[in-house]
Amino acid sequence: MPRDLRSPGGAAGRAASPVLLLATLSVLTVASVVLFLTVNARGNWGFILGFRGTKVAAMALVGYAVAVSTVLFQTITNNRILTPSIMGFDVLYRLIQTVLVFQLGSAAVAGIDPRLRFGVEVGAMVAFSWLLYRWLFSGGVRGLHLLMLVGIVFGVLFRSLSGFLQRIIDPNEFLVVQDRMFASFNRVDAHLLAVSAVVILAVSVVIWRRMKVFDVLALGREAAINLGVDHRRAVTLVLVLVSVLVSVSTALVGPVTFLGLLVANFAYTLVRTHEHRVILPVAVLLGILTLTGGQLILERVMGFNSALGIVIEFLGGIAFLFILVRRSAR
Amino acid sequence: MIEVRNTSKSYGRTIVVDDVSITLPAGGVISLIGPNGAGKSTLLSIISRLLPMTAGTVTVDGMDVTTTPGDVLARRLSILRQDNQILARLTVRDLIAFGRYPHSKGRLTVEDRGHIERVIDYLDLGAVAHRFLDELSGGQRQRAFIAMVLCQDTEYILLDEPLNNLDVKHAVAMMALFRRTADAFGKTVILVLHDINFASCYSDRIVAMRDGRIAYEGPPEAIITTDVIRDVYGVEAAIHEIDGQRIALYFR
Amino acid sequence: MMGSAMTGRLALASAGVGLLAVVSLFVGVGDVTLASLSGDAGDSGQAAQILLISRIPRTLALILAGAAMAVAGLILQMLARNKFVEPSTAGTAESAVLGMLAVTLLAPDTPVIGRMLTASLFALGGTALFLAILRRMPLRSPLVVPLVGIMLGAVITAGTEFVAYRYDLMQSVRNWETGDFSGVLRGRYELLWISAALTGVAYVAADRFTVAGLGEDFTTNLGLNHRRVVSLGLVIVSLVTAAVIATCGMIPFLGLIVPNVISLMWGDNMRRSLPWVALLGAGLVLACDIVGRLVIHPYEIPIGTMMGMVGSGIFLYLLLRKNGHAS
Ligand SMILES: Nc1ncnc2c1ncn2[C@@H]1O[C@H](COP(=O)(O)OP(=O)(O)OP(=O)(O)O)[C@@H](O)[C@H]1O
Ligand SMILES: [Mg+2]
Repeated sequence: MPRDLRSPGGAAGRAASPVLLLATLSVLTVASVVLFLTVNARGNWGFILGFRGTKVAAMALVGYAVAVSTVLFQTITNNRILTPSIMGFDVLYRLIQTVLVFQLGSAAVAGIDPRLRFGVEVGAMVAFSWLLYRWLFSGGVRGLHLLMLVGIVFGVLFRSLSGFLQRIIDPNEFLVVQDRMFASFNRVDAHLLAVSAVVILAVSVVIWRRMKVFDVLALGREAAINLGVDHRRAVTLVLVLVSVLVSVSTALVGPVTFLGLLVANFAYTLVRTHEHRVILPVAVLLGILTLTGGQLILERVMGFNSALGIVIEFLGGIAFLFILVRRSAR
Repeated sequence: MIEVRNTSKSYGRTIVVDDVSITLPAGGVISLIGPNGAGKSTLLSIISRLLPMTAGTVTVDGMDVTTTPGDVLARRLSILRQDNQILARLTVRDLIAFGRYPHSKGRLTVEDRGHIERVIDYLDLGAVAHRFLDELSGGQRQRAFIAMVLCQDTEYILLDEPLNNLDVKHAVAMMALFRRTADAFGKTVILVLHDINFASCYSDRIVAMRDGRIAYEGPPEAIITTDVIRDVYGVEAAIHEIDGQRIALYFR
Repeated sequence: MMGSAMTGRLALASAGVGLLAVVSLFVGVGDVTLASLSGDAGDSGQAAQILLISRIPRTLALILAGAAMAVAGLILQMLARNKFVEPSTAGTAESAVLGMLAVTLLAPDTPVIGRMLTASLFALGGTALFLAILRRMPLRSPLVVPLVGIMLGAVITAGTEFVAYRYDLMQSVRNWETGDFSGVLRGRYELLWISAALTGVAYVAADRFTVAGLGEDFTTNLGLNHRRVVSLGLVIVSLVTAAVIATCGMIPFLGLIVPNVISLMWGDNMRRSLPWVALLGAGLVLACDIVGRLVIHPYEIPIGTMMGMVGSGIFLYLLLRKNGHAS
């Protein structure tokens, strides 16, 4: 957990260079991954490593996608308490799950080729956000906050639709839907990992080449325009990248809402610079560390075994409230 | 009479009002002048119990502002702050009517209505009285806010930069109205002003602040002088007496 | 300040709501018509039973909940000084659901009034937290305020779902989250009279809330204790939200769109706008419920879903329209 890191990491962030911080975090992350793979492993090593390896890979991808998307989203919105998932991604994902089970029944849904299903889910989420951005931005200059509120309104709409479907669904089917509502690293399909990795890699190439632009965007709209950045284009691009990242991560393991907030804000406190070149890697490492370390503790130490996503959500939520109340939100 | 005794206000380690003591007698127009950041708004807010002070006491006609019930004070003293953002969609007349709230608690009497109409008339708001605040120009809105405070009809009227956004005609009319309010109705009008010539022409007393302290205080003849203005603002001004009024020229 | 033209229009609007209420009495699965009510003994007895046990309570519940939720939204908007706030964008509703869950888990035998009071305590806490966060935010652009409230609500919901999932109470949580009047029967809606009483209190205190809407400085200048006005408002909003959630579940958007529409028409002087907000709230809920009972007859679309669809449309319109002319 990042909390254990606080004193050494905090000291490193203030006193030492970002390089040292990154090195420390990398070592911790690697250690946590290795521990996760090996602790309590009895029996067939090949099987265990394969099983746990899939899990770790999923966590790494999700940690990466969530951390990057949250930091970028907060950069363009100039607000450190928002996450991209409030724009309706989570609810849309839940609606898709509900509709699938409602229409086809849980047995048929389980039989669908995971790749097809993954494609449908990612496609629907990206298409939704793309339509939203296009629709709003085509009407001239519209604020980002407005965009988010509109996303949220759609979220409420989706939620009331899936609430209705869940009501008239057979209680046994409901349990199936319910399980899919929460992030879980246990049911990740190995084939999907490769697909997700490729998509995320492609997005990353675009992102890593624009590091400096993000630094300017973080100054706010007026300042960015004054400095000659095509603000609208840059923001739209970031939004699209963010929506791809969030969609892939959600379709892979389910909705993860507050992890991003947790790691992004923790990264800001560790890193005393505004440079994305440093913030992004730190956030990514923290994301992977939180997921693997948290999972390790919950699974191996505390003996939880189901819906670990919910625990992380819950802890992330508490941490978020803490941030909100302690530091005045910007 | 307003008595400010050893009053200080600090934010963390910065002291913005520094051990101020002053007595403002009842009746007349008193202007508070001084450079930006001198602490004028802060002092006004402390006197009107909008802002708690760090140390000291303020009494209005013997009533301690920190302990006197809010509704009692609201019938004795009214305040308008420097910047007022109201997002509620109220009509001008509704807003002004709320000035009567301390007296009638929302049930308007015939007398209240008389006050409201008179104030609308005085402030030249008849043409826009039915409009919503967000449909007004900056100056019209400022006059509506002042109207509300005047409608409160209190002994002491505190206004922070009331001339903000007003054109020349309305600024002069506003100052004349304050003068009349003091002369004909015996009220005490305390204004924060940036235009020292308005302060010179319309006030009975001027209080000049600098760095959280009261630097000078006295009638216009004593304050509108080259030396005082240089000391308070760091500006060279030539003082001319025109028609018995002291005018500072500092444009060059 | 209420002109006679205004009174006339209010009377007209009340008549409209009355008409909807009458329609609501005669729409549903069981056959209740004027003919069946006056028909032969057996038939008319059954129809009268349905009317007394189910239709009249349901119609009353719709009116009471609709009016009270809309007024609660209005009050919250005055207190937060923001037009985009309502019980479900301020953490109020989510906290109330958490409260319902807590009482269900810890003291399952609590009578319904006790459940409601627990839920309202939670709602009070959540909303107070929201307002406290707002006070600490230096730059509050109007659109950020509801975003903060929504994030807060999402956190509380995450907590609720965590607990509900562990104790297998997800379906109950969903029921509190989605409003539905189909289960309203005589003996199961009477809590809502509390909301009606609170709406009355809100009308009496209307001027105070309008003053609070002008900001803390104006409130203090007019001799009111700002904190006390805010507390009164918070108590009303929490109790109303909790009563509605305990009886029929959350109705989204209602507290948002109704006060906004009325504000555009009549402004924000609550003494004047509150009766309109209450009437339109009741009317909108009645209309949505009636339509929900008709479209997939003999099944019903719950009000939460209907309101979610109708409300998001209206809200989007308000949002885009407002922004268009404000900026
Ligand atoms: N909330 C605050 N926190 C910290 N410092 C503050 C705060 N409010 C005011 N100040 C500081 O207190 C000092 C006095 O402010 P005040 O508003 O009283 O000045 P003023 O004389 O009214 O100036 P102006 O003519 O610009 O209105 C300023 O230096 C200001 O920066
Ligand atoms: Mg000032």
